Amino acid sequence: MIEWSTDFALALLATCRDILPIAAIIIGFQLLVIRKPLANPKKTLTGFLYVLLGITFFLEGLEMALFPLGKLMASQLTTPEFLGLNPDQETRPWQAYAWVYVFAASIGFATTLAEPSLLAVAIKAEQISGGTIHAWGLRIAVSIGVAFGIALGAFRIVTGNELYYFIVAGYIVVLIQTLFAPRMIIGLAYDSGGVTTSTVTVPLVTALGLGLAETVPGRNPLLDGFGLIAFASLFPIIAVLSYAQIAQWLSNRRRSSKY
Amino acid sequence: MLKNRFIKQLFNSFLDLAPILAVVLIFQVLIIGQPVPDVASLIMGTLFVILGLTLFIQGLEQSLFPLGEAMAYAFARKGSLFWLLTFAFCLGFGTTVAEPALIAIAEEAANIASKGGMIEQTNAARDSYALGLRITVALSVGFAILIGVLRIIRGWPLFYLIIGGYCCVIIITPFAPAEIIGIAYDSGGVTTSTITVPLVTTLGVGLATAIKGRNPMIDGFGLIAFASLTPMIFVMGYGMLI
Repeated sequence: MIEWSTDFALALLATCRDILPIAAIIIGFQLLVIRKPLANPKKTLTGFLYVLLGITFFLEGLEMALFPLGKLMASQLTTPEFLGLNPDQETRPWQAYAWVYVFAASIGFATTLAEPSLLAVAIKAEQISGGTIHAWGLRIAVSIGVAFGIALGAFRIVTGNELYYFIVAGYIVVLIQTLFAPRMIIGLAYDSGGVTTSTVTVPLVTALGLGLAETVPGRNPLLDGFGLIAFASLFPIIAVLSYAQIAQWLSNRRRSSKY
Repeated sequence: MLKNRFIKQLFNSFLDLAPILAVVLIFQVLIIGQPVPDVASLIMGTLFVILGLTLFIQGLEQSLFPLGEAMAYAFARKGSLFWLLTFAFCLGFGTTVAEPALIAIAEEAANIASKGGMIEQTNAARDSYALGLRITVALSVGFAILIGVLRIIRGWPLFYLIIGGYCCVIIITPFAPAEIIGIAYDSGGVTTSTITVPLVTTLGVGLATAIKGRNPMIDGFGLIAFASLTPMIFVMGYGMLI
């Protein structure tokens, strides 16, 4: 218990250092540049204390639950017994890891669909487009994008291909789509890439990638372990741009058939 | 009243985690079907995550968000370019340093790097690597918000800057050490979460509302896009330096 409390106190101290800059910036600007006293100092202070405790608990919980969970899933889904392969077999075809891709896709789809910031973005998109884009349609499009992205990322780790080629290919697709997409949706589409990867999803997905790179023979976590988040932030852009284009095309067609 | 809000937030945090738990549970029961080691610690950790997230968001809504939003509007209307840009940079830097997902990922990256022999296997080396990574990302986000704000003021099209950024990433990657590329690409998505997104979006939309001839719906967005692009370039630079 004592050991645990010292650990916790140390973690709390480290978190203090982490939120110090933003606290200093906000309060400093408030007092020095705007030159108004804080409207509600007591509430602000308790708020900062909550943030402090919150981050500490969150990080502690990540270490205890989400990181081990991601690695556990990765290792359980790649054991030779589970794959039905002979443990001595040196080469394993990438098709053997089908469940890994299914798991990666499910995690991507489920977490994105439930992501609150994506909901906010989707509602804004519906407003911007004047109803051409539906909030629900957009959310499903982005979720499918993330699911596909993470599954493709898992495939990359299993096969050990270069991350670079995948990302460059993705960028080229985005560039071509940007040329043809309705102008008003572009900023929103680019933003959606950053929005979909939330504080809870990132650690689990990272742990999954690192776990895969550790357990799949011939992979090195240092070289292959990262990169899943990159896929998860690239594919929503493609999904939103595609959805916007399809929605516009459909509404144009409907309009022209009316007259 | 406060209690009610706390319980509601607790429930919301649980909802954030629910999809992950559901998918993992389905896979564990139906497909893997093996006993899970350390269930107690997993449950305990999950509760910690939920409690931590709740306190964190509650605290943000009470302290940082109202202050930051009021300030973003004030600076957007005030018209002093110098202070606006300084604020934009500081906001990007400060929110990113405190971003919990980035803290966790930087630590994990340091562990992997020291296991792989890229840095020394001491706590000090790991800490300095993780901190260096976070400072780099924070600087890059500060820089991104600064450029993004300039873009909104000057009315540059988003599209050219993004293409320029992508080209930079593509050109730099072959020169960066192979070990850093994955982390660099990931850091783009990691930086923009709980603290950064709401504050930065407010700044963008506030600016676009305050400046004549800008449409907040069109010009207000795009800041997050920069903030997920520049970390890739900066982190690769960091990898080349160490």
